[in-house]
Amino acid sequence: MNDPGATKATVASNDTRTDPPLKVVGQRPIRPDGADKVTGRANFGADLHLPGMLTGRIKRSPHAHARLLGIDTRAARALPGVKAIVTAADFAAVGSEAVEQGEAAATLSHVSWNCLARGKVLYVGHAVAAVAATSPEIADEAVRLIEVRYQVLPHVIDVEAAMAPDAPLLHDDLFTAGVTPRPAAPSNVAAKTVIGRGDPAIGFAAADVVLERRYVTAAVHQGYIEPHACVASAGADGQHHIWCSSQGHFAVRAMCAKILGLRLQDIRVTPAEIGGGFGGKTTVYLEPVALALSRQCGRPVRIVMSRDEVFQASGPTSASVIDVRLGATKDGRLTAAELTLKYQAGAFPGSSVGAGCMTALACYTVENVSITGYDVVSNRAKVAAYRAPGAPMVAFAVESCLDELAQALGVDPIDLRITNAVTPGVKAVYGATFREIALIDTLQAIKAHPHYRAPLGPHQGRGVACGFWFNIGGESSAAVHVDADGGATVVSSNPDIGGSRASMAMMAAETLGLPIERVRATIADTTSIGYSDLTGGSRVTFATGMAVVQAAQKVVDDLRRRAALTWDCPIEQVAWRDAAAVCTDPAKDAKPLSIGELAGRAARTGGPISAEVSLNAQGAGPGFGVHVCDVEVDPETGRTTVLRYTAAQDVGRAIHPSYVEGQVQGGVAQGIGWALNEAYLYDAAGALQNPGFLDYRVPVASDLPMIDTILVETAPNKRHPYGAKGVGEVPIVPPLAAVANAVSHAIGVRLTELPLSPPRVLAAIEGRSDSA
Amino acid sequence: MAHVACASHEIRAFTGGLDGFDVPAADVRGLLAELERRFPGLGAHVEQRMAIAIDGEIHQDALAALLAPDSEVVLIPRIAGG
Repeated sequence: MNDPGATKATVASNDTRTDPPLKVVGQRPIRPDGADKVTGRANFGADLHLPGMLTGRIKRSPHAHARLLGIDTRAARALPGVKAIVTAADFAAVGSEAVEQGEAAATLSHVSWNCLARGKVLYVGHAVAAVAATSPEIADEAVRLIEVRYQVLPHVIDVEAAMAPDAPLLHDDLFTAGVTPRPAAPSNVAAKTVIGRGDPAIGFAAADVVLERRYVTAAVHQGYIEPHACVASAGADGQHHIWCSSQGHFAVRAMCAKILGLRLQDIRVTPAEIGGGFGGKTTVYLEPVALALSRQCGRPVRIVMSRDEVFQASGPTSASVIDVRLGATKDGRLTAAELTLKYQAGAFPGSSVGAGCMTALACYTVENVSITGYDVVSNRAKVAAYRAPGAPMVAFAVESCLDELAQALGVDPIDLRITNAVTPGVKAVYGATFREIALIDTLQAIKAHPHYRAPLGPHQGRGVACGFWFNIGGESSAAVHVDADGGATVVSSNPDIGGSRASMAMMAAETLGLPIERVRATIADTTSIGYSDLTGGSRVTFATGMAVVQAAQKVVDDLRRRAALTWDCPIEQVAWRDAAAVCTDPAKDAKPLSIGELAGRAARTGGPISAEVSLNAQGAGPGFGVHVCDVEVDPETGRTTVLRYTAAQDVGRAIHPSYVEGQVQGGVAQGIGWALNEAYLYDAAGALQNPGFLDYRVPVASDLPMIDTILVETAPNKRHPYGAKGVGEVPIVPPLAAVANAVSHAIGVRLTELPLSPPRVLAAIEGRSDSA
Repeated sequence: MAHVACASHEIRAFTGGLDGFDVPAADVRGLLAELERRFPGLGAHVEQRMAIAIDGEIHQDALAALLAPDSEVVLIPRIAGG
C-alpha cells in the first residue's frame, strides 16, 4: 500500500455495469490541459498583455476597524504617469440583494463594500482606493501618496469574543436573523440557525454513554497558487471586456454590472485558465475596481494581487468553535446529539454555518437531534467558500467525538459508524431522504483495505473519519458542434477548475460514439454560450455534463434525420452505432453512413450540425467519504508525519477515474494541512502575522505519503446519464478528524483544537495546557 | 395532498411555529402559491432562499417540478458549495 502502483482501486457491483458497456466513460485519456500547463503556455489571469495597458494597485487599510474620515487623492493624481484613481464613490449605490458566490452567502452591497470600503474599514487589508498608472513603480508611489484619514475603532477578531454583549460592533444595522422576535439591539451575530428532530432529552436519557466536548478550528485559506488577477478594458462605445481567473465568469459579469451600474450585455467576460480556486474564486475583489479604473482613463488596466493581499483580503474560510454532545447505547447506537456551531464570517455576514449544521450528522441515523448555528462577523477578511464549505470543521468535531465514543464502548470505529450509517430511504437530519448512496459500501471498502490491518509501531496512531457533501445541480449551458471531418467540439460555460474539459469531451464522445481523440472541449466567454452558474458545489460534471450529453444526443438525432433523408426512409429505421448511422430496414441495401460522411455533406442535408442545450439540473446525488490515516509523532518535538492515508469515496460513476482520484488526493492534502499546520495568526492590533507561504505552511509533496484512493461505484446517480455525482468537495471533509484521531491515538491524549502544530502536540504530550 | 415539513426552524416565523402541514398542490409553482396564501411571506422566502426536497430529491429553482398526491416535501436551506 501507499506506493504509486497501489493507489487506485474501484469498487463496483455487477448490477451497476452498463449495457452496452461504456467505451469512453470510465477510461483514463491524457488530460487535454496538461501539456500547456507544464510547458508554461497556459494563459492565466495575469498573463494577458494589451497595448497601452496600465498597472493597477490597491490602497489598503492598516487598521482592523476604523471610520473613514476622508481620502485625499490630490497628490497621487498629480504624479506623472497616474491615469486614474477610484474610491467607493465611483461605484453605484447598490441594494442588499443576494448574490451567487458559493456557500459563503453575501449581499451585493457587502460585495461592493468589500471591493472598496465605504464609510468604515473592517479589517487590515480592506481596500479603500485604487490607482492605475503607466508603471508598477508609479502605481506603488501613487498608492503611498493617497492620504486616508481614519478614526480608529476597537476591533474584535475571535468568534466568541465577537459574540460578547460588549464586543465592538461592526455593523450598527445588523440584527440577528432567525430569532423571533427581532432583537432590540444590533450585534455581531448575523444569523442563528436551528435544525433538529425528535427530543434530545429523551435520547440522552436512553443513552448508556454520553460524551460532551468542545472543538476549535482555525481560519484557513484556500491556498490556490494563482493570485487573483484580471485585466479590464473599457470601450469608448460602452462595450467593456474583462479577462480574469474565476470560478464563474457569468457571476463576475453580473457583480461587475451591478456594482458599476452597467447592463449585462455591455460587459464581456473571458475566462482565463485558473490556477486553483477551491471556492475562493466565487466572488469578485478586483474586477469591478479594474473596470472602474479603465472607464475613468479609457485604457486597459491589469491588477494582480500580491501573495500578502491574497491572504489579507481574499478568502479564507471560517474559524469555528463547536460544542458537541453525543449519546449512545452500549451496543453503539446513537440516541441523541446536541451541537452548537459558532462560525466566524469575517467582516460581513455569510459564513457557511448553515451548511455546517446540515452536514453535521448527515452520515448517521440519529433520531433525537438539536443543532444550533451562529454566523458571526468580526474584523477579518470576509470568508469565502472553501471546498464543502462549513462541513470539514463540524466533521472534525463529530468524528472526533465518535472516535472517543468507540473507545469508550470498546468497539471498532468503523463498526460504530456502520451501526449508525445512513442507507437509501433514510431521512437525513437536514430533511432530505437519501436515494442512491453507498456509505456502508464505502465504510466496508476501508475496513477491507490492507491499510486498516497494517501493524503500527511506537508513537504511531491510526484514525478514521467519515464525511458528507450534498453536491448540487443548477443552471448550465453547453453546445456540441460536429466538424466537417467528423470530429466534434464541445463548448461549455464553466471554468475548468477540476478537469471538466476532459469529462465534457468524454461524455460527448461516449454519446456520439467517437473516440476521445476526435472530441475537443473548450470554455466560452459570456457572449458565446448560454448562462451557467458558478463552477462550485461539485456541480459541473453532473449539471453541465447533462447539458453536454443532451446536446450530443440532439446532434445524434439530427445525424439520424439526415441519414434518413439520404436513404429516403423514416428516422425510426435509422440507428446510431459506433459514430455511424445504420439503416435497420433490411429491404434497403444501405451502407452505414459515418459521422464524417454525414458531416462532409451537411450543406446538402440542412447545413451545419450543432446543438446547444441550456438546463437547470435537478437531482444531484450526495457523496460520502471514509478515510483512514496513520501518523507517527516525534515525542521530543511534537512533529507529526503522515505515514499512510487511504480515502474511499462514494462517487456514483467516475467519468475520468484519474481526475476523480486527483480530486480525492487534492482534498486530502488540503485537509491534512488544515489539520496539522494551517492557521491565520493575528497580532494584538488585528493584523495578520503570516500572510505568505513561508509562515502559512501548506503541505508540499514531500510532507505527504502517496494517498491511496478507492472509488466506490455501487450507487450511480440515476438522474445523470452516466451516473455521475459530484466528487470534488467530499474529500476535504474527513481528513481533519482522521488526522486528529490518529495523532490522539499516537500520543494517548485527545486533541480537540486545530491545527495540531508541533508546539501544541508537544504541550499535550507533556500534559501542559498551553498551545500554539 | 403533499405533506410539507422543514427540519430547520427558519419557517416558524412565518407559520406561527408549525414545522409540518399538508398542502394541496400539483407542482412547485402551486406549492409556493399555496404557502404564500396560507403564510404570507413564506412562499417568497422559500422561492428565494430555500431548496425543496421532493420525495428525497433536492430541487432548486424548479417551478415545474411535479408533486404526487402523497409526496413528501421537505423545505431545506438552499445549498451551494465551493
